[in-house]
Order: sequence, then structure tokens, then C-alpha cells
Amino acid sequence: MIREILNQVSLWAIPLLLVGIPLIGLVRGVKVYDVFIDGAKEGFNVAVRIIPFLVGILVAIGMFRASGAMDLLTDALRPAMAAIRFPPELLPLGILRTLSGSGSLALTTDMVKRYGPDSLIARTAATMYGSSETTFYVLAVYFGAVGIKRTRHAVPAALIGDVVAAIAAVGICAWLF
Amino acid sequence: MEGRPLSGALARNWGQAARLPAAEAAAAPLGVLRSGPRRIAYVVFSASGERMLNYIWFGLMAIALIVAVFNGTAPALTKAAVDSAKVAVEISLGLVGIMTLWLGIMRIAEKAGLIALLGRALRPISRVLFPEIPPEHPAIGAMIMAVAANMLGLNNAATPLGIKAMEELQTLNPLEETASNAMVTFMVINTSGIQFIPATIIGVLAAAGARNPTSIIAPTLVSTTCGAIAAVSAAKLLQRFFPARTAEVDVVPVVSDSEDGE
Repeated sequence: MIREILNQVSLWAIPLLLVGIPLIGLVRGVKVYDVFIDGAKEGFNVAVRIIPFLVGILVAIGMFRASGAMDLLTDALRPAMAAIRFPPELLPLGILRTLSGSGSLALTTDMVKRYGPDSLIARTAATMYGSSETTFYVLAVYFGAVGIKRTRHAVPAALIGDVVAAIAAVGICAWLF
Repeated sequence: MEGRPLSGALARNWGQAARLPAAEAAAAPLGVLRSGPRRIAYVVFSASGERMLNYIWFGLMAIALIVAVFNGTAPALTKAAVDSAKVAVEISLGLVGIMTLWLGIMRIAEKAGLIALLGRALRPISRVLFPEIPPEHPAIGAMIMAVAANMLGLNNAATPLGIKAMEELQTLNPLEETASNAMVTFMVINTSGIQFIPATIIGVLAAAGARNPTSIIAPTLVSTTCGAIAAVSAAKLLQRFFPARTAEVDVVPVVSDSEDGE
């Protein structure tokens, strides 16, 4: 029931906003087309401004993954993860989730196929994928769009959130399924 | 301090800091700086915070090179670098259309007073999360729109709206290349990726023939909420240790040492 409502909202939200906002604008006497053009002309510049930030971050992450360093990192973290009973199969996903959206989706899909979609591992992997974002991508795009180079505590705070979300996913799935 | 020649950037940033004492005080309350271990943490973090991405960026590539030497994966490394650069440009340029569309629509929403209305409606929450942002400022409304789009899984709208919110926050930021507290808090809300229906991954489970692919909705909601609360708390706790000051790391910790009245 709630899920159905949310699905419908997701389906209709964008068309309704695209019509609803100008409608309210018209009612309030805004010259909607003029104002739209005025706001929209910045779009290209913003997208172009992101390019250097995203190239920098994605190249570094791409090289890191291609070198096989992920496996070393996974091995290095394994004892610590074992100590808190974090399933070793899920560790690569936990690391990759913050680095690469397409990479972690491919890895999750692979795990769903390998362990079976109704297995605890697959469901936990899916929950881990769903409960976080690709932190470094979001970071590059959002800060890149306004030209921020010094990100202060953004990386540590975001990574703390990612780690907590991953551990929570493991704990809740183990309890629920 | 006065005798030392200041570089242009440093002088400019100091000038700005002087004009905005409130922002400066929020970034580095002096009470934190006086005691020993905290003082050390402050100096270490403030230095690493300035250069955090420099270290991470170089570290990822340097580690990749060293590992590649042992694994013999040099060709893969080259290919990854070239391909990633291409993908990054494609992603950025792929944003042009939706970015243009949403920036236009958002300007209408702003002129119609909708953004301000939204900001007022959710004032109790925004006052806690973003105490530095004035209640009537369009940044609040823009951030709410972005977070709402994220929650509904409207990826096409979420990124442009988030960028719009960052632009609004940038207008209040005294140091144009350094993230403000509000920016970091907003960022970590986004990186924690709160979403009601994780549609992509439900699709993957369904395609693989799961009996009940939507069973992950509840656990996902709980764990993403845990992550978001942790990330926002971490941002709030860490912000004083990563002062928003200047670019010149080597100079400033020394200066603040002598200015703390010891």
C-alpha cells in the first residue's frame, strides 16, 4: 500500500513539478518563459565546470581498481572485519560502493547471481548497495559545480556514514532474513 | 605575524575572515583549541583537512602504480586512466540537458516564492542542520528540493537540484574555494543516499528471480538512515577540527598557536 503510493509519486513527481511550478508562477504573475530562459542559460557552464573535478577523481579511482589494489585493500582489512564479524564476501562491495556506482552495481549483480537472489548474502549485498551513494562521485560533482577544492571534513564525515550504513545493513539483514 | 609578508591569497582570505567574524568563530571556537590532545587533533586535522583530497587523489594513483609493478598490470592501468577520463567527460556533458532544464524550472520556483515557502515550512529541521543559513535564504528551499528528489529516487532531478543548492550555499560562503560547514553537512546528507525505494537494485533482484525482491526496502531504509545520522553527526562533530581558514597550511597553524593566548 505505502509502496504503491511511493511508486506512483515517483512516477508522477517530475511531470507534475514541470507543469505545477510554472503554473504557480503564472498565477503569481511571473513571466515564466522569460524567467525559465534566464535560469536555464547557466546549465551548460555548470556541467562544463564539473569536468576537471570528475576527470581527476574518476581517473584515480579507475587506475586504483585496474591495478588490483582493491584485492590488497580487502586482504588488509579482512582481520579487522573478521573481528566485528563482518562477512568477508561483502567487504569488496563495501569498499567499492563509495568509489564506483557502476562497479558496485556490477559486483552486486554478480553476487546475486552467484549466491542466489534469496540468499542472505545477496539480500545483504542489495541492501548495502541501496543504503549508500557513490561518495566520491557525489563529492566531485557537487563541489566541482561550485569550484570548491578544499573539502575540509567532507570526506571523513561521508566515509563514517558509509561505514555505519554498511555495518547496519549487515546487522539488520542478519536479524531480519 | 605583521612582519611576515602575506601572499595575495592569504591576505585576501584573512580580510574576508575579518569581515565575517561569525563564520570564523563557528569554524574554530577557541575553547576547543586550549587543551592538549584536542589541540593536537586540531592542528593535525586542520593541516590534513586542507589537503585531504590532494593526499587521497595522489595516494590512489601512486598505490595503483606500485601494485601494477608487482602485478604487471601496466596496460590495464593505462586503459583505465584513458577510459575513466572519457567516462567523466561523458557524465558531465550528459548533465547539460537536465541541468539546463532544472535550473530554469528552479528559477521560476524561486521567483514565484515557492523556494522561500518550502524553506519556511521546514524551518525547524533546517535550523538544527544549517544554523548558519538565514531562514529566508533560497539555499534552504533548494536543499529541501534536492533531498526530496533523492528520497523519491528521482535521479534525473536530484543532481541538478543538489548543484543548484550548492550554488546557493556558495553565495553565503566567505572562502570561495573552501567548503563551508553548511556545504559539508548538505554533502554528507547526499552521499548517504537516503531513498524510499531503491528501485535499481530491486530490479536486479527481480531479474534474478527473487521470490520477494521488495523485501530489502525496510532494511535499506533503516541502514541508510543510520548512515545518514552518523554522517551528519560526524560532520557536526568534525567541523571545528577542520577550520575553514586559508590555503596556506604551513603558515596558519603556527600563527594560530601564538594567537591562542598561551
